[in-house]
Amino acid sequence: MSLSKAQVFRDSMSVALPVGSYGIAFGAAAVANGFSVIQASLFSLLLFSGASQFAVVGVIGAGGSALSAIATGSLLGFRNGLYAMRMKPVLNVHGLKKILAAQITIDESTGVAISQEPRGEAAMRYGFWATGIGVFVFWNLFTLLGAFGAQALGNPSAWGLDAAVPAAFLGLVWPRLIDKRSKLIAICAVAMALILTLVAPAGVPIIATVLLAILFGWKPKA
Amino acid sequence: MSAMWVATLVSSLVCYILKYLGYAIPESFLANPRVQRINTLIPIVLLSALVGVQAITNKSEIVFDQRIAGVAVAAIALKFKAPFPVVIFSAAITSAVIYNWL
Repeated sequence: MSLSKAQVFRDSMSVALPVGSYGIAFGAAAVANGFSVIQASLFSLLLFSGASQFAVVGVIGAGGSALSAIATGSLLGFRNGLYAMRMKPVLNVHGLKKILAAQITIDESTGVAISQEPRGEAAMRYGFWATGIGVFVFWNLFTLLGAFGAQALGNPSAWGLDAAVPAAFLGLVWPRLIDKRSKLIAICAVAMALILTLVAPAGVPIIATVLLAILFGWKPKA
Repeated sequence: MSAMWVATLVSSLVCYILKYLGYAIPESFLANPRVQRINTLIPIVLLSALVGVQAITNKSEIVFDQRIAGVAVAAIALKFKAPFPVVIFSAAITSAVIYNWL
């Protein structure tokens, strides 16, 4: 491994290990919300996008329908398509490699790849694959650990798992609240979801907040 | 097939297709600035709504219980830039203590 490759590898693993370890929270959340260990693992193997995975089990856990869970998870997965567009000219992949690259196109692999831009396109490609594969391996191992752990614990409330799930959502949204406007939008979304909870079927209050995203995102900010 | 299996498999399929489409379709559609702006806000609204619903509702009611205390502690931990596992554990411990002993 050349010196620069070793540096990119170190960058990739310093992201992949901590992020992958969050998988323990997902595995526990999935089981606490009534999913089986196998289903929790399938989410991490097949869906493989943290926010979407938490959202699907969260909506079902709140009593929502499969449809509203799928819609919520899919809307959160939309950004991966945008990342793919960003990575497409850099990776220039075809056939089987394209199929595999798509699966590991997530926040972290794209983020590390973009951060390697000053080192050139080869470093970007290496960072993408190393981070994507690294997160995939660690995320799946830790999901399994969290799911088995939660299964062994029993009553989710007695172990605080019922608070761990909303805390995980808070941790996911926190870094996105970068200015007053984004904080205002977040507060509006919480208020809207809570009000709708009183009148609308479960699951709907969450997905309905997309209207706020459309409303606030329609025009460029003044 | 149960709703949980449908949710597991269909959401996985849709999310994979979304990833793949980025490599397959021409760049013009998703590069639209309006789509980009709305897409940046989607995680903010959905994740915020999930925090609210998971922390202070039960079925179709607003319920204040041990969960909100856990989430408040998580917010403090985040404010102090605590790493993710610390955030989750502090929320869980707070909530569990209140649930079991208060």
